[in-house]
Amino acid sequence: MRAIGIILAGGNNHRMKELSQKRAICAMPIAGSYRSIDFTLSNMSNSHIQKVAVFTQYNARSLNEHLNSSKWWDFGRKQGGLFVFTPAVTADNSNWYRGTADAIYQNLHFLKASHEPYVVIASGDGVYKLDFGRVLEYHIQKKADITVVCRDMEPGCNVERFGTIHMNEESRIEEFEEKPLQAKTNTISCGIYVIRRRLLIEMMEKCAEEDRYDFVRDVLIRYKDLKRIYGYKMKEYWRNIASIEDYYSTNMDFLKSDVRDYFFKQYPDIYSKVDDLPPAKYNVGARIQNSLISSGCIVNGVVENSVIFKKSYIGNNCVIKNSIILNDVYIGDNSYIENCIVESRDTIRANSRFVGEDGIRIVLERNERYML
Amino acid sequence: MIKKEMIAMLLAGGQGSRLGVLTAKVAKPAVAFGGKYRIIDFPLSNCINSGVDTVGVLTQYQPLRLNTHIGIGIPWDLDRNIGGVAVLPPYEKSSNSEWYTGTANAIYQNLEYMESYNPEYVLILSGDHIYKMDYEVMLDFHKQNGAEVTIAVMPVPMEEASRFGIMIADENKRITEFEEKPEHPRSNLASMGIYIFNWKTLRSALIAMADQPALDFGKHVIPYCHEKGSPLYAYEFTGYWKDVGTLNSYWEANMELIDIVPEFNLYEEYWKIFTKSEIQPPQYFSADSVIERSIVGEGTNIYGKVYNSVIGCGVTVGKDAVVRDSIIMNETVIGAGCELNKAIVAENVTIGDNVKLGVGEEAENETAPHIYNHGIVTVGEKSVIPGGVTVGRNTVISGITSASDYKDSCLASGKTLIKAGEQQ
Repeated sequence: MRAIGIILAGGNNHRMKELSQKRAICAMPIAGSYRSIDFTLSNMSNSHIQKVAVFTQYNARSLNEHLNSSKWWDFGRKQGGLFVFTPAVTADNSNWYRGTADAIYQNLHFLKASHEPYVVIASGDGVYKLDFGRVLEYHIQKKADITVVCRDMEPGCNVERFGTIHMNEESRIEEFEEKPLQAKTNTISCGIYVIRRRLLIEMMEKCAEEDRYDFVRDVLIRYKDLKRIYGYKMKEYWRNIASIEDYYSTNMDFLKSDVRDYFFKQYPDIYSKVDDLPPAKYNVGARIQNSLISSGCIVNGVVENSVIFKKSYIGNNCVIKNSIILNDVYIGDNSYIENCIVESRDTIRANSRFVGEDGIRIVLERNERYML
Repeated sequence: MIKKEMIAMLLAGGQGSRLGVLTAKVAKPAVAFGGKYRIIDFPLSNCINSGVDTVGVLTQYQPLRLNTHIGIGIPWDLDRNIGGVAVLPPYEKSSNSEWYTGTANAIYQNLEYMESYNPEYVLILSGDHIYKMDYEVMLDFHKQNGAEVTIAVMPVPMEEASRFGIMIADENKRITEFEEKPEHPRSNLASMGIYIFNWKTLRSALIAMADQPALDFGKHVIPYCHEKGSPLYAYEFTGYWKDVGTLNSYWEANMELIDIVPEFNLYEEYWKIFTKSEIQPPQYFSADSVIERSIVGEGTNIYGKVYNSVIGCGVTVGKDAVVRDSIIMNETVIGAGCELNKAIVAENVTIGDNVKLGVGEEAENETAPHIYNHGIVTVGEKSVIPGGVTVGRNTVISGITSASDYKDSCLASGKTLIKAGEQQ
């Protein structure tokens, strides 16, 4: 592969409410056994990108823990590898990453020290499969300066929270609006870009000179008439995790057999950190309906239309409906949980009741857990 | 100079013929166990959890699956700069090349491997038992007693003692005598096939006994050390230890995992069993599925009903299928409307719709009643069973079978159906 990868994983989002207190969005658990960054990391690995940098900033503990070894995504290589860059105080800089472009600028040495001609930049919060090799081919064929991966969203989708794109018939981008008040198209940017490495270095240096820090506003929008910026349309499944509602519905999508089939059965695979958990165990009284259960769980109660992440314990006579239970949650006997997202490592006392009345309720229960 | 206090040698070359078609194409240590594991995961995990980071795995019979499973030892953290796991097959020498003719002969042929780590002690293990054991505690016992050989033993019921190699020890646990499968046992301490040798003792014994045909630890090396007056000690182990050498004991050991609080607990945080995980997605249960008293591996899809069973990774159980008291290994597909009773179905098997396994009266197996018994239906890996057939108890099926192999769509109890071919 003639490209290196950059994953922008520093962001936080207040629309994730309490769930983002604990971790960066890119470390959000997805589909029972994964974290959102696994999708982009696996796509890069499967596209034979060998050298990947992850830029983190906001609450990176959980993400760093997840990335503590690069072998799960096959990046443990002599040529290339996985690099995690957090902001650092240096002789001539003492700033945090002030924006996506600033994050790249502060790590320009990574780009300068590479020899691959292209760079794939992707955000770490997307749930999708994409062969970046095909995007790069398209980029070269169009003689583009920058290629933006975009997607037509379904009618009725609230596209105002994305960057919207208008392209001419040759797929050259003519309009790019970031979070428009009223969107004129339903084509949105997926936050995945291909650009020549030298051009990126040049543009980042220029941005820094002018005190500009944002890749979308200060590069894509500012240069859209001067540079040849093209859109590559992907048609397959793509979601990003930007709000509680997105997070909930993306997880629930995995209850659909076509979505599971696309991600889990069709080559190439999505990889994640291996946890060495035992098989899930179902005792007398367990009843599981239309749900996903992950390894290490012990289930004694009823689970309906829910996604249960790894290593959870569900007590006797419990009922879990339309909910997401994150990793390592203990739910005491006779509890009732409906329309909730239960934060990881929660301990829910016996006989508890949590119901999301209008919308999804986030359950944070920090009780003492008495281990057997 | 490299120095390892204790290295382990893991005997994984045996066929395990009493597991029938399960070991037709794989060595017994590579047979799946407990949903997502293989038998060899238990001694390998014990090694790393005990701080033994240098393990030689001796392979001979059908090693392909074992080799791919072990690789460079990443799942067990046995990928090391110095030491780690090494797969040791028999090899050609300038003269006297031979296969591994016995347990001790296999170790003898790898003296050089052991020598290169300059160990004080060598731990000999076999790759066909299910247990969790801290070998470091056993080593402490070995050192405390000033032993040259320590044999791990397990108290067994007196009436079963005549099936084992029995150690007779004094009050200090020093072994005074031993008997191989005695008719009238004088002790109930059965050898578990786990030994710690002082390297020097092992080395000189193996060299002295090198010409003995089919050199075996229990039959030759231990008696030799005893005669020479080396202090032999019995280390008593009282935890869970299960030999899974027969289909019935293999089935029972799997079934013990589904008890509410199993005697052998896989859910303990601090003695994890590691394995190579190729399949990671969660498991899915459809709206009309039923699951009770079972354990299920990653990526499995259950649309039917599962009771008292151990289900591997990536398995599909079709709509309205009923699986009872069965072991289903990785990537097997069970069609809609099937009924399985006490079946052991190996990896990558395809069972068509509306197949019934394990129904009707029991009858003794026609070809190998000592292997296929206790009413178990055994299906070998990569087999195909066509839709709509009924199969009795104590039966065995292997290879690609078609409707014409089943007279009146039926395979009576006690029949053996072994065909050529395997599905890709």
